[in-house]
Amino acid sequence: MSTTTTTPTAGRRIVPPRLSEYARTFVARHASVMPMLAALVILVLILIGAQIHFGDFVNPRTLSSLLLDNAYLLILAVGMTFVIVTGGIDLSVGSVMAFTGIAAAQMLDHGVSSAIVIPAMILGGAVIGLMIGVLVQYFDVQPFIASLAGLFLARGLAYVVSLKSIRVENEHVIWLQSTRWWFGEWYLTPTGVLALLTVVVGALVMKYTRFGRTVYAVGGGEQSARLMGLAVARTKVLVYVISGVCGGLAGLVLTAYSGAGYPRNGIGTELDVIAAVVIGGTLLTGGVGYVVGSLIGVLVYGTIHTVISYMGAEQSWMRIIIGLMLLMFIVVQRVIVVRAERRR
Amino acid sequence: MSTSTTEPTKPQERGTDAVVEMRGVTIRFPGVLALDRVDFTLRPGEVHALMGENGAGKSTLIKALTGVYSVDSGTIAVSGTERVFSSTADAQAAGISTVYQEINLCPNLSVGENVMLGHEPRGLRGIDWRTTHRTAAEHLRSLGLELDTQTILSSHSIAVQQLVAISRAMVLDARVLILDEPTSSLDRDEVEQLFTVIRGLRDRGVAILFVSHFLDQIYEISDRITVLRNGTLVGEYAIDDLPRGELVTKMIGRELDELEAISVSAERAIDRTVAPVIKAEGVGRKGVLEPADLDVFPGEIVGIAGLLGSGRTELVRLLCGADRPDTGTLSVHGKVTRLSTPRHALERRIAFSSENRRAEGIVADLTVAENIMLGIQARRGWLRKVRKQEQDAVVAEYIKALGVRPADPNRKVGDLSGGNQQKVLLGRWLATAPELLILDEPTRGIDVGAKADIQRKVAELAEQGLAVIFISSELEEVLRLAQRVAVMRDRRQIGVLESSAVDVDGVIDYMATVGEGSVA
Amino acid sequence: MSRLIKHHLFWPGFALVALVVLNTVARPRFIEISVQHGALYGAPIDILRNSAPMMLVALGMTLVIATRGIDLSVGAVMAVSGAVALTIIDGSDSPGSVGTVLIAILVGVGVSLILGVWNGFLVSVLKIQPIIATLVLMMAGRGVALLITDGFITTVTSDPLKYVASGHLLGLPFAFFIWVAAVAVVSLVERRTALGVLTEAVGINPEASRLAGVRATGIILGTYVVSGGLAGMAGVIYSSNIMAADANAAGELIELYAILAVVLGGTSLAGGKFSIAGTVIGVLIIQTLESTILFLGVSSAQSPVFFAAVVVLVVLIQAPAVHRAARQFVQRRSANVPDITPGTEVAR
Repeated sequence: MSTTTTTPTAGRRIVPPRLSEYARTFVARHASVMPMLAALVILVLILIGAQIHFGDFVNPRTLSSLLLDNAYLLILAVGMTFVIVTGGIDLSVGSVMAFTGIAAAQMLDHGVSSAIVIPAMILGGAVIGLMIGVLVQYFDVQPFIASLAGLFLARGLAYVVSLKSIRVENEHVIWLQSTRWWFGEWYLTPTGVLALLTVVVGALVMKYTRFGRTVYAVGGGEQSARLMGLAVARTKVLVYVISGVCGGLAGLVLTAYSGAGYPRNGIGTELDVIAAVVIGGTLLTGGVGYVVGSLIGVLVYGTIHTVISYMGAEQSWMRIIIGLMLLMFIVVQRVIVVRAERRR
Repeated sequence: MSTSTTEPTKPQERGTDAVVEMRGVTIRFPGVLALDRVDFTLRPGEVHALMGENGAGKSTLIKALTGVYSVDSGTIAVSGTERVFSSTADAQAAGISTVYQEINLCPNLSVGENVMLGHEPRGLRGIDWRTTHRTAAEHLRSLGLELDTQTILSSHSIAVQQLVAISRAMVLDARVLILDEPTSSLDRDEVEQLFTVIRGLRDRGVAILFVSHFLDQIYEISDRITVLRNGTLVGEYAIDDLPRGELVTKMIGRELDELEAISVSAERAIDRTVAPVIKAEGVGRKGVLEPADLDVFPGEIVGIAGLLGSGRTELVRLLCGADRPDTGTLSVHGKVTRLSTPRHALERRIAFSSENRRAEGIVADLTVAENIMLGIQARRGWLRKVRKQEQDAVVAEYIKALGVRPADPNRKVGDLSGGNQQKVLLGRWLATAPELLILDEPTRGIDVGAKADIQRKVAELAEQGLAVIFISSELEEVLRLAQRVAVMRDRRQIGVLESSAVDVDGVIDYMATVGEGSVA
Repeated sequence: MSRLIKHHLFWPGFALVALVVLNTVARPRFIEISVQHGALYGAPIDILRNSAPMMLVALGMTLVIATRGIDLSVGAVMAVSGAVALTIIDGSDSPGSVGTVLIAILVGVGVSLILGVWNGFLVSVLKIQPIIATLVLMMAGRGVALLITDGFITTVTSDPLKYVASGHLLGLPFAFFIWVAAVAVVSLVERRTALGVLTEAVGINPEASRLAGVRATGIILGTYVVSGGLAGMAGVIYSSNIMAADANAAGELIELYAILAVVLGGTSLAGGKFSIAGTVIGVLIIQTLESTILFLGVSSAQSPVFFAAVVVLVVLIQAPAVHRAARQFVQRRSANVPDITPGTEVAR
């Protein structure tokens, strides 16, 4: 600390910008996408590993069915991303999905037109979401507890509708699932299209609307957002409504997928959704996260699921592996946060 | 000192093109009259300092003006029209923007977005990001700031964030800019940069309300001063009509006799032949504090002088295990030790009272008794609970000795006034029977009576042999109590002075000039 | 009178008494207790017996919540502990011996304690948010339980195990004694030592506690260990009740009910001050409600609707916004009466 005269800044000026310089700029601008990129890398690694191990894993058929099998999860994950980015959480999504699904099956069974049933499902989800949002925003209830009430309500209502599974034979609903649009070896179903549309709309709303930016601002600091004159109250209620709408939509997709409504559907799905969203790089503390990241998270989740089926292993490994991945991600996120704090 | 030699300027004598006129504003909180019929006038193109001790009503006045609090009686007129603000957004729409000390921006978003949030230009496809960043960059440039607007806000220093907050206010077309202690965590150069920006805005006709605890800065930047005391208006003065001494007198409101009586402390002779209670050699931490030396002998009070953010808090946190140093050695009573947690320090009889009373001091929902006992109990461990009679005796002793009011051991600490909370904390640390007591800003934000109580107690304890490190923004206080003063600047210790050899101006001079530009 | 109303146990206690009275009015048989073979039977006795798993879990949850935490993994821990204990009994030569069952229970609870250490490590040492940290085990735990039981529901025949949930002691259900003992031990330890106040200090202001020398890491870790151990015992009781280890159904949703019980009992999810007596009342309210719902002829599967209503009701009663509105209402009605000072609560 005594005789050094050249300061580091003086030295830096002489050296022309190098790759590390660009890397530094990238990090300063896009530090928040790093966890998402990490998830992408993991997805690619799993796919490569599976391809080497099974010889024929990465093919159009497997990948197409990946989207089909996880369409409902993807839709829920989009809604959950909005909620978690504001720093909240929504435990009700699995139950909302079950409730709207069984209610729709019941109505269709009674001969109600699908043109009424489908909007009613969406509306049902939205109403439960609205209830949660109002509790959170206007009654200062913690999101965990408010959405817990939503979980209980929707699950109970599902059983009130029916204790048994109800088959769905409505042609419009079945069409969502049975139609295959082929692109060479690849195919898409209407449910898959719905899921991808949800992702696209979700991503655009987050990036290009003031509402979307307010979602991030609330997650970054609710008090600040309020002092900046943003519509905090409206935004916080709306994210739960969006999550509820996604729950209704997922109910439709799952009903089409399984050809029936079942009141025990989606028990514990909220955890899978949260896990997928976190793996996709969204911080549970709020403020950071991307809808596209959640897409990647769901794909990671779905791929592991498929790999386990291929290996013929116990599905109990699924929960363990997802648990471990969750652990890995939160530890990495924690390390990033700690390092950022230390730098200050 | 005479009570008042300067007559406040009367509002009628001035031009009446005021941008903000507050008349007879009164705000009541349960049990407190926070503002009592206060008048306040702000005119375009002036920097107006709002002065007062903590609790004088400064922040209440600001919050009334920005729509956070509603006014119980009185009027607020902006540009001649009477307004009632029900939210910050209302106030912003009327052209009143605020930059707070703890920056109210979103650290997770980009610089550009923070400037423009809620006002982003939109096209058919939603927010037009290119224009957003370009406009943000223009606003920043007009304040002399060249920044990559796409970088995340949290990757910048507090000073830059502050300027980003000001640019945001400019986007909102603010005619009134309120700066609430913007300089408290800035270094000298950063303050200069901020002042350049402020002068620029003033020349553009923006009215600026400036709150700061640093008198130098007030006199450097302000055109006019309004002084509040205990929720009432003392007066409004042109800067040239109000010398510093008078300003301080008006803020404090009464003569300093009570405090002066303690001054005997500084001249007391200290036996420095024994081993120091603590001796730090080259203790520092990367990015936080450059290596510093300090020793404190039994019975001695060592003051630390320096502005907020000068490294004074950082230094003492390294001495008491709150943070870990990565260079240097610490000796306690001549023995080299490592203090890796506050617990270790307490075991070595070193107690630290943080400057942040609410966040790092009191446990608000626990009672006075539980708060006083917390330190002792923590050291004994959870298994050996202090017996009831013993506890009652200790608590009663400290409540009495420190004059905690109300003297009710079962009252929640959170319900007490700041000064009494501070006394409870002092009680907690003294109850652990420390040999070194580190007090970081123990008298900030508390009333003069409690302040005198605490200073007297500290001097008394030192006379009985306790070693004390005393930090305060008020140099008079430091010089009155301490035998030696360590001076800090820019996260560096620049020297140790014998307090009998200097006065306040001497220390300020030393703080400002010694060691300028070179590494000692 | 107003002191009574302001006591922190007033509203939970009032709710419980009201529920019991309503039930009794609707069907006087509700409080009838009969004696058969020297043991007591009746709806109240069933409630005391059936409360045991939730009581144990809620007890641990109370302590965790007091430190600003939450333990979502309790259901999964129950599944693991049940799976471990029953696998040991199933594999033993003498499944009916008391020794075997004791060892099985000890191992099951021991494993749960280790899971608690794991949770506590993530929260207190790695400083990961409790919701997320315990989510890991909540997800993985049931998978582990399934692996232990090889994916099957392990059933056993063992009288000593059956006694744990269904046996009687002194005419009362043995399971009742288990939870009373757990509540007594935890209350004594918390209040007779300084653990309770230190736990509250850590929950209210972690940084201030650290600077005061409180060993927050140890205290927080300890609460998760206790929560794990109690959940393990709850898992054993659950398995004893159905004489099987069902990795999927054991402790399903119990974390949510336990949290609800804690909140019903007046402990804030924000941490800090906690009330074990409140939690006991909270669990009893939930069990009584469950029995009421059954009596109403509603399928137990549909009971969540009622609990949703209870959650909403409770949070509304606690909501500051509602308090403000109520206070204004009262003040307007009694404008000429000297004002009632709000916000002064009787300290515990």
